[in-house]
Amino acid sequence: MTKILVIGATSAIAEHCARIWAARGDALYLVARNEERLKTIAADLKVRGAANAHIHCLDLNDMGSHAAMLDAAEAAMGGVDTVLIAHGTLSNQKACAQSVEETLAEINTNALSTVSLLTHIANRFEAKQAGTIAVISSVAGDRGRASNYVYGSAKAMITAFTSGLRQRLYKSNVAVVIIKPGFVDTPMTASFKKGLLWAKPAAVATAIVRAIDKRNDEVYVPAFWWAVMAVIKTIPSRIFRKLKF
Amino acid sequence: MTTAAQPAATHNYSTATISGWGGYPTQDAQVITLLSLSAYKASLQHHPSVIARGMGRSYGDSANAPIVLQTTYCDHFIAFDTATGVLTVEAGVTLRDILKVTVKQGWFLPVTPGTSFVTVGGAIASDVHGKNHHVAGTFGQHVVSITMLLGTGEVVTTSPTQLPDLFHATCGGMGLTGVILTATIQLIPIKSAYINQRTIKAGSIEEACAAFEANSTSTYSVAWIDCLTTGKHLGRSVLMVGEHSDSGGLGLTIKAPITVPIHTPAALLNSMTMRAFNGAYWAKAAHNKTQSIPLLPYFYPLDAIGGWNKLYGKAGFVQYQFVLPKADGVANMRKVLAQIAQSDAGSFLAVLKQFGPANQNLLSFPIEGYTLALDFKMSPYVIDLLLRLDDMVADMGGRVYLTKDAVMREASFKTTYPKWQEFEAVRQKYGAIGKFASAQSKRLGLA
Repeated sequence: MTKILVIGATSAIAEHCARIWAARGDALYLVARNEERLKTIAADLKVRGAANAHIHCLDLNDMGSHAAMLDAAEAAMGGVDTVLIAHGTLSNQKACAQSVEETLAEINTNALSTVSLLTHIANRFEAKQAGTIAVISSVAGDRGRASNYVYGSAKAMITAFTSGLRQRLYKSNVAVVIIKPGFVDTPMTASFKKGLLWAKPAAVATAIVRAIDKRNDEVYVPAFWWAVMAVIKTIPSRIFRKLKF
Repeated sequence: MTTAAQPAATHNYSTATISGWGGYPTQDAQVITLLSLSAYKASLQHHPSVIARGMGRSYGDSANAPIVLQTTYCDHFIAFDTATGVLTVEAGVTLRDILKVTVKQGWFLPVTPGTSFVTVGGAIASDVHGKNHHVAGTFGQHVVSITMLLGTGEVVTTSPTQLPDLFHATCGGMGLTGVILTATIQLIPIKSAYINQRTIKAGSIEEACAAFEANSTSTYSVAWIDCLTTGKHLGRSVLMVGEHSDSGGLGLTIKAPITVPIHTPAALLNSMTMRAFNGAYWAKAAHNKTQSIPLLPYFYPLDAIGGWNKLYGKAGFVQYQFVLPKADGVANMRKVLAQIAQSDAGSFLAVLKQFGPANQNLLSFPIEGYTLALDFKMSPYVIDLLLRLDDMVADMGGRVYLTKDAVMREASFKTTYPKWQEFEAVRQKYGAIGKFASAQSKRLGLA
């Protein structure tokens, strides 16, 4: 039985990961803001086989509360083996472009709150010389594009931050797994027109859980996004700046 | 994803072209994806008329409407008592999800249709039947209670004893009485995840019906039937009867489906290839052979091929299922089969089954007799054929399954579902009229 802390537990991707862990009989500690949905999810995970499913209601932008939340998770489960950080919002790029406040709020949610969590968790796992930290970044962090560069740059910070953390924690037997999903058909993207590139949350979750099991460094899900982003990253700037996507 | 800096979203909107599993007819719709049960109520207040939609596995247009409430994310288990087998789930949970959780604990669905990719809400709304109808009745007969959202905005619990009129209109009511939010069902105990299956070859429709009669005490029975052969061997069948096994353990083997990625040219499925398939199937079947088969391939053979509906090409297909009353049932079935065989349009997937007695649900399909289900590749000719068959079936005292129907006319519906007025009265009483409608309900002349 693995003791798993899921942050952003009401996200469709995190919820489907938790379902896989529940079926394995793992213990889960679920953190998100919406209490009603947390209760629903916890009851569901118990029926699916979770050894336990604790809930913790928290606005993750309240960074002062992160340490207490981690204490509570450790106390409830008798320690934490694995953390999945999956919270975030899909920024409204147009609104951000018109508002510094909006831009900073998005960066706060999608980057700084995660940096705060990672700092606390890294120190705790380093001290006990064990653990797996998985963070959901995005392919959008690989190169900023006009349509979503606020969200993309927040994710880019997470990618760079975890890269450094991985090096630091390598000798401490702590794995840092960065996950870069492409387009996923979730409530967050419900209003988007879906095409062939879109993946279902259950399939994405299967790939994420596998990457965590194998303690991979970096995974694109679905895997073909590695090739897509490799191409996008090599496009020279003088061409890239003219592209509309 | 969850949200840390904006108000919690309760639902999302998108536009899409939707259809049933047959791909005919299609509809441009606003799809409202609800994130929680409490979001339904708000959604209902803002829209004039909606229909709930789950996996989109009804074949025709019963989950088509200009605005649909998509239940994908309302797919949570609520409670499962492993001592009694009583299970409570949100309406968007699929039968496949249930099997993954319950089989290993020794519980199985009391009634299951031929695919596990349907939601519990859909199974109730269609009052689905399975290979054990002759002994177990329909899905609705194993529902302990339902909570549902009415057109008035009220959430009520209904059961065979609590608001029974609403319960008997909702089971089989095609989503037209309200939105099913949660359901409690009674599962059946099993000792093994295997079925012992025996195959029986029957050389004609008469032999097939006699074989059903001779095996009426078997828990499961169904027959593959050849709808292309005419004359003496018309209706030749391979009957498969099954019982839950006691051995083999409770491990469920789940293989990811092989998917059909694109619509294949419809011309690949023609009367020549289908005749060849049927001939090979008949030749391969062994008479009186017993074998042990895992639950999933036994109940859901087509679930192994994701998107098999695409094999019919872009025009899609209609599935046609009718039932004929037991009295004169065999002779009448021969007449309908002759009409189908003569049309040369029948498919390779045709299924024959004997039904037990009807239940008291107002629009539930099964009546005691014989039911036949088959696919037709969509074409204008097929619509004509089906309307002719509708008339034949109605004259014989039978009826067509609403879950598969895409073309039936209002007059046929109102003749063959005589309790439709009672159904409308219940809808009126519980505020459903003007709030819940589908393309099918409009076509069939329901308010």
